[in-house]
Amino acid sequence: MRARVLIRPKAGILDPQGQAVERALPALGFAGVRNVHIGRLVELDVEDPAQLPAMCEQLLANPLVEDYQIQRPDADHPDQSAGPDDSAEVTR
Amino acid sequence: MKFGVIQFPGSCDERDALHAASLVGDAVLLWHRSHDLQGVDAVIVPGGFSYGDYLRAGALARFSPLMEEVERFARVGGPVLGICNGFQVLCESGLLPGALLPNTSLRFVCRQVALDVVDATTKWTGACARGDRLSMPAKHQTGRYWAPDPVLDELEANDQVVLRYATGNGFNGSARDIAGVSNHAGNVVGLMPHPEHAVDPLTGSADGLRLFESAALIAAAYPADLLGK
Repeated sequence: MRARVLIRPKAGILDPQGQAVERALPALGFAGVRNVHIGRLVELDVEDPAQLPAMCEQLLANPLVEDYQIQRPDADHPDQSAGPDDSAEVTR
Repeated sequence: MKFGVIQFPGSCDERDALHAASLVGDAVLLWHRSHDLQGVDAVIVPGGFSYGDYLRAGALARFSPLMEEVERFARVGGPVLGICNGFQVLCESGLLPGALLPNTSLRFVCRQVALDVVDATTKWTGACARGDRLSMPAKHQTGRYWAPDPVLDELEANDQVVLRYATGNGFNGSARDIAGVSNHAGNVVGLMPHPEHAVDPLTGSADGLRLFESAALIAAAYPADLLGK
């Protein structure tokens, strides 16, 4: 099963990368840009998607300073049998 | 007194750490794939870019086989010092509280900094006195110490803030100017600046030696304290 993990700095923690980009965009003439945050994207194939949260907690993210969001692009496909816990997106 | 300095792929300060430790005791290099701490009395996790800083600085080194031994060693009170990337590794492995984030400037900064000793009771600062000022270089891009405010309050209440950047010397945006912290027991210490690069007046300062001397002092005074030996 293909999965995608989005990792971003927790709200409230200074994100200088996001700030730098937020300042750079108006310099190019793009106005009205706010709240830019920069994180990481991890794409992976997993046999047991139930293990994804533990993978995030223990390695892919540092839960002290980062939030993560697990996306499973296939899970909401009509042909996929999705159980009650097989939500397409898990956010922490 | 025998120091062990761990070498990961991507470490780059292990030779200076080895040299610094050898000025106050014996020192051996420990390869990260090994399971053997070779009977050392103290462990140094050196600076550099272990595993290329892939994923997050320090995130992958903690899975090296030797780190399991280091965690065991730390739990029984063995002195462990993490310098720069070593500090990041110890935070990622949960041996020290908090995390290191990119400098607010997003720049790699290399400069001599003045540090105030806040806690002189740890195994790595016992040869100092509270209020001593130490001069040593700092060189990093990911050294902004961060922990939630309640954790910072707790660290201060428990005397776990070991070193602070002296007024005007903080450059990376660290919470409360924290340069180094310890675990609750005081045997595990991590700091971003580099004591191992400050062991000879020829290069600006020999203040860094005090940390290595502290560990040696403890080893001499309380040999039975170490490792349950």
